[in-house]
Amino acid sequence: MTSERARRFVGPHRGQLLFVLTFLTLSVLLMSVIGQQTAWVQKTAVFAQPRFWPAVAVAGMVVLSALHLWRLPFRRIGRADLREVLKWAQALEYALWFMAYVLLVPLIGYLPVTLVFVPALARRMGYRSRRMRMIAVIFAGATVVLFKAVLAVRIPGAALYEFLPDAWRSFAILYL
Amino acid sequence: MDLILSALDILMRWDVALALLAGSVGGVLIGAIPGVGPAVAIAILLPATFSLDPIVGLTVLLGIYGSSMYGGAIPAILINTPGTAVNALTTYDGYPMTVRGEPRRALSLAYSASFFGGVFSVLCLILFAPVLARIAPLFGAREIFLAALLGVILVVVAHRGQALIAGALACFGIFLNTIGMEPVKYTQRYTFGIDALGSGVNLIVVVLGLFAISQAFVLLSDEDEKIRLTKLRGGLFQGLRELARHPRVASVSAGFGVIMGMIPGVGEFTAQFMSYTYAQKSSKRPQDFGQGSSEGLIAAETANNAVPAAAMVPLLALGIPGEALTAMMLSVFYVHNVVPGPALFQTRMDFVVALYIALLILNVLVLIFLLAATRTLINVVRIPNRFLGVAILTLSFVGVYSLRNSASDCLIAAGFGLFGFVLKRLQLPAVPIILGMVLGGIMEVKLRAAMARVKTPFDFIDRPVAFILFSIIVIVLVTHILRIRRDMADLKEAEWQTKTSSTRFGSLLLRRRTSFLKEHGRRVRARHARLLRRLTDLF
Repeated sequence: MTSERARRFVGPHRGQLLFVLTFLTLSVLLMSVIGQQTAWVQKTAVFAQPRFWPAVAVAGMVVLSALHLWRLPFRRIGRADLREVLKWAQALEYALWFMAYVLLVPLIGYLPVTLVFVPALARRMGYRSRRMRMIAVIFAGATVVLFKAVLAVRIPGAALYEFLPDAWRSFAILYL
Repeated sequence: MDLILSALDILMRWDVALALLAGSVGGVLIGAIPGVGPAVAIAILLPATFSLDPIVGLTVLLGIYGSSMYGGAIPAILINTPGTAVNALTTYDGYPMTVRGEPRRALSLAYSASFFGGVFSVLCLILFAPVLARIAPLFGAREIFLAALLGVILVVVAHRGQALIAGALACFGIFLNTIGMEPVKYTQRYTFGIDALGSGVNLIVVVLGLFAISQAFVLLSDEDEKIRLTKLRGGLFQGLRELARHPRVASVSAGFGVIMGMIPGVGEFTAQFMSYTYAQKSSKRPQDFGQGSSEGLIAAETANNAVPAAAMVPLLALGIPGEALTAMMLSVFYVHNVVPGPALFQTRMDFVVALYIALLILNVLVLIFLLAATRTLINVVRIPNRFLGVAILTLSFVGVYSLRNSASDCLIAAGFGLFGFVLKRLQLPAVPIILGMVLGGIMEVKLRAAMARVKTPFDFIDRPVAFILFSIIVIVLVTHILRIRRDMADLKEAEWQTKTSSTRFGSLLLRRRTSFLKEHGRRVRARHARLLRRLTDLF
């Protein structure tokens, strides 16, 4: 039966224990390497030490997350927690899509990669009709035109553009 | 008067006018799409504004910040889904009006109340600016340190029931800010020998990860919702007339918005909650609240729109952002070498007033746009969720990659995207991380500067402003501890009441007798006696 403390808990119950345990473990690990990862400078006041603020932050992380764990009304990792972890892992797929996009742009070019990436991810999400494909392509093209050509944000030309004829190359590097 | 004229001179440019228009229209559109919100839009557009003039870049971002709440009221009223988080209270009275067949009335009332809140707060602050200019120089290093500390504490205690984990996340933000080369003694902190971490973790990368990319992940893993829109009939101007019938509710709510907006870490939710409670308590028909009350709608919308202008006060006067959106804007100031703080009010007061006038014009533009285009605008809520996720992921790339053209920045942003996704799934707050990052940096610099002149601990609070801030910190902490004690007492009482075993004296004695007779009870008593003997042997 759910206890009164668990009923009053703010937020969903699943996954909370695992999250806090992971956060606390990482905080303790960070604290254990503070001697190697930060320096203590001689003849310097405590507040001006390079180690002072990392120590405050990491100590805060350890103490507060430990207190949170202590006050947590759940003590066992159940099936719902494991299902929640699987849900977290599902988002990894989209992170991989994003990283593939990031790594391909400097090689192939912002416009061509975006024109493929947006319709491909839209298709993966289940939008397979011709109308949605068109919308995806138009959105991709408009994004490149707006950011690269109009707002001139800093996205360098791709390695592939080097193989274009001279007249095309400078145009492609600047606008595509 | 001269000040206002010179401020107008700053604004009289075609690019500023264009920025105002783009910011207001863009903000309304972004606000009207549930699941995007101003934080995502500002995070994506930040790097794009770096190449613009400070006033142009800030006007676009301010436009989005100030006008998104207008747009957020549309889906809140029509489909019971708030466009931005702060429009949640609008659904209480807005949606019942739609169900009753009065969507036009609800929308026009929401627009009018928002307009009143926005204009009221800007006018208050323009009048208040000279006073601020006089107070701001009283803030030295120790006062700014204490104000930043107060900001962190307020953000943490504002998360009721989650204060401990919010505090841990704020400390995580402070930790993130310390990564990289430390600028005074030139030592590395938590870089683990990785070159990419040498220059530290960029705030914008973290913001984009926690707000934009994580939101894309949430949308991509969600289902598309079926949306049914109601047809709009009737005039949109009736709201202005109806608002005029409730001047007390409107002005008190706007006042709450201005005051709460100025306090770092408090923001729209508290302002809305206070003004809604006030409106309900002072209403002649309190039973209508939550059933489509016009006063409830006015209180919610006026309060949330009065906040953006007021939230700029601690940012501009002290350089201390009160919430995530102003924290993002702080980075725009830094990029353009405009350092917010007491000096800004003394040297570039015209710039500050120009920003406020821009906000004023923005409110007028948004109202005109909404009155003219609501019928078309409501269709944006039809954009499917997962396609929106695809769009946000694509746009996030521009935001992160254009900063330093670094793939490792994108990797860090993707990592924070996953972390933000987990936080969203668990309904844990991401804002303390951002504020910890920004305010942690400010606290480190200011404490170092302040301690150089402090001999004893009491010297730290021997100036009036420092003493007041310190007293506020103590009051906030004591109040929080008292509230926790009260909550725990409530919990104990509730646990006692929901106990399955009887609490009658007779039943208690019966259970005691059973415990005496059973083998387990004997063992427990023997153990307790042994422990007690061990304890008494000590003395």
